[in-house]
Amino acid sequence: MEKETCNFSFCAKPAIEEIETDLLLIGGGMACCGAAFEGARWANPKKIKMIMVDKAATDRSGAVAMGLSAINTYMGDNDPADYVKMVRNDLMGIIREDLVYDLGRVVDDSVQLFEEWGLPIWKMGDDGFSLDGFQAKEAGKTMLKDGGKPVRSGKWQIMINGESYKVIVAEAAKKALETNRAATGEKTNHYERVFIVKLYDDAKEPNRVAAAAGFSVRENKIYIFKAKAMVLAAGGAVNVFRPRSTMEGQGRAWYPVWNSGSGYALGLQAGAELTMMENRFVPARFKDGYGPVGAWFLFFKAKATNSLGEDYCVNPEALAEAKAKYGKYVDNLGTAIRNHLMMRDMKLGKGPILMRTDEAMAAISKNFKEKLGDKEGAKKVKHLEAEAWEDFLDMAIGQAGLWAAQNVEPDKVPSEIMPTEPYLLGSHAGCAGFWCCGPDDLGAPEEWNKKWPAGNYNRMSTVKGLFMCGDICGASGHKFSSGSHAEGRIAAKSAIAFILDNPDYKPTIKETADHLAAELYLPFEVYEKYKTLTTDPFINPNYIRPKMLQTRLQKIADEYFGGISTWYMTSKTMLDAGLSKLQVLKEDTSKMAASNLHELMRCWENYHRILSVEAHARHILFREESRYPGYYYRGDFDKIDDTNWKCFVNSKYNLEKDSWEVKKVPYVQIIEDAAPVKH
Amino acid sequence: MPSYVITEKCDGCKAQDKTACQYICPNDLMALDRTLMKAFNQEPEQCWECYNCVNICPQQAIEIRAYQDFAPLGANVIPMRGTDSIMWTIKFRNGLLKRFKFPIRTTVEGSVDPFKGKPEVDYAKLKQPGLFTSTKAMPVIKK
Repeated sequence: MEKETCNFSFCAKPAIEEIETDLLLIGGGMACCGAAFEGARWANPKKIKMIMVDKAATDRSGAVAMGLSAINTYMGDNDPADYVKMVRNDLMGIIREDLVYDLGRVVDDSVQLFEEWGLPIWKMGDDGFSLDGFQAKEAGKTMLKDGGKPVRSGKWQIMINGESYKVIVAEAAKKALETNRAATGEKTNHYERVFIVKLYDDAKEPNRVAAAAGFSVRENKIYIFKAKAMVLAAGGAVNVFRPRSTMEGQGRAWYPVWNSGSGYALGLQAGAELTMMENRFVPARFKDGYGPVGAWFLFFKAKATNSLGEDYCVNPEALAEAKAKYGKYVDNLGTAIRNHLMMRDMKLGKGPILMRTDEAMAAISKNFKEKLGDKEGAKKVKHLEAEAWEDFLDMAIGQAGLWAAQNVEPDKVPSEIMPTEPYLLGSHAGCAGFWCCGPDDLGAPEEWNKKWPAGNYNRMSTVKGLFMCGDICGASGHKFSSGSHAEGRIAAKSAIAFILDNPDYKPTIKETADHLAAELYLPFEVYEKYKTLTTDPFINPNYIRPKMLQTRLQKIADEYFGGISTWYMTSKTMLDAGLSKLQVLKEDTSKMAASNLHELMRCWENYHRILSVEAHARHILFREESRYPGYYYRGDFDKIDDTNWKCFVNSKYNLEKDSWEVKKVPYVQIIEDAAPVKH
Repeated sequence: MPSYVITEKCDGCKAQDKTACQYICPNDLMALDRTLMKAFNQEPEQCWECYNCVNICPQQAIEIRAYQDFAPLGANVIPMRGTDSIMWTIKFRNGLLKRFKFPIRTTVEGSVDPFKGKPEVDYAKLKQPGLFTSTKAMPVIKK
């Protein structure tokens, strides 16, 4: 089929604004807010100009838009080396320990700032019971920065009243950008509702990023930002696999529905090397509402069992079977292995899997009443019940609505849990992302820092001037919200150093502004060209609307790349078949059609999703083992094979040739093994 | 349908350039019907039920109706977000009511002064590990 092109014969040409700056921040979530805060402080005295571009409103953009009930990475008295061991264990032995340690040693500073800015943080009361952020303040509890003790729900997690977490963090970022405007005399440096579609290399210097092009989702206008350096923090990918929910329930994905793989797609099209894109995250969460289980497991000590009341994580037969395939990785019961054991019981018909909230609440209630007497004990139980509901209301309100609709009172009945559809991300219990330069003081190989081809700058990708953070800095999961903020700060500081080292660089691109406008507005041209052919603009043989583009992608990913319909099972033959279908889908993107600006964004978001999934599938195909049982399985290599595959898998996409290079990169252990955990 | 707009209460934010719900929705779902001058959710199957439109609406015209592919009818969850705390009313399908109030912030909105009392940068440390606020030497891995 012939490719469509845009020469504005059918759709109107948009206004074009070209803007030159020094440091461009793409995104607006936790990582970019961290980058704005740290970046402005280093930029201002040198009059370095910064711009932040967010596809939504920064007050409520990114993965923390709804809020959170906990901050999952706070070191406190813990040693960052132990943090590295935990992350390595949960991610099946292959992480960049230099990046993880580097994050661990600075992350607390961000959390302490959040508290100063107004985030309510729970503290332990004198009676051994938790105080919420207000009660703690009234009781004169010490702030974290002065050594105050938070309420721990686990070794690394602390509890917060986090409905306004993102609003608070965004306020500091916006104020920081304001100080940059004052320092540089620029009128505007914060663009909301501008969606970045593509990055462009420098015209004179190959492998150096020079510009980003995007469009306003509010008016017919194209933006071309030219910059000396960029911090990319545009998030991971959700709704790439067919979701368990159908129709309107698709919105209730666990990972925020607006994370469309833009972080991956922008970077890989610019030629940045990816790492561990075979990794994915399949969280086990409360069924359908996908409300958090962490607090129930860690804070309320609830147990999950099959419907026969059996704890599937201690079944000797299941453990022996798993050990035969996955070896020592079974011993520590990381997130993937727990998923694996749970799914085994589901496949044996022992479902539904139940979180025994009722038993946990009964045990707590008994304990409180014994300790405090009936009246005082009952009061504390009521307080605890509020805490359990807040866990949902702060971060997955839909789950509270679902419990109410099903008349679920957690102290009376257990609730189903279920593994979700797969997501691609690198800041939670996943590590899919870009291969980045690390710190040079931690004993890592010099190839990872001093000998980094694009220059020794922490968190720079293999593309000169392009820095990565948050969900898309790879092989370094378990950052969560606080770690993403801290990593944004590391990346921005490093980007400022790069800019100061390259004072004479002037970004230029070979493409003309008109060319970029035509590329971005192609879905408008296609729609306007053909829309009157049929009586229903949704059914037309000449184009594909974004909703169906997404549906087709989800079906391919689900059926061939190990989605829910095959219980996360795939193989070489399935991957090959799926990839050839994906190739045709990619061709069809030249015929994607948009009837308005909202759909134009959906078209390009889904284009980003397609590229993210392709990277994922190509990595799974290359790694001939099942490194992440419980997340995905290679039926033809259903074991963990440390002899051949205890290594990173990296890849590079060639945009002009539409081709991939995938390779092994040696894993290097920097921190010794933890003492074995006994079960 | 996840978020829905109550016809009688929505005033289209009085014909301003854009409505409050359009401004805030992280997924660009809320749109304004220019004929009716009322807002609506243009893509309900992409709604995360994050409640940001509900909380920002000056007319309290927006509520959430749970996803009908898995949630039975008859329940609702209604917030009342103030300047420092949020109150939630949860109505179960069987009529049971639960009310909760939680803090949302300990400072006045708009009062954050990000660099107040923070150290000035020292460019000698620009290429060293740590952040501009770091006061102690960065730990390294002990062999």
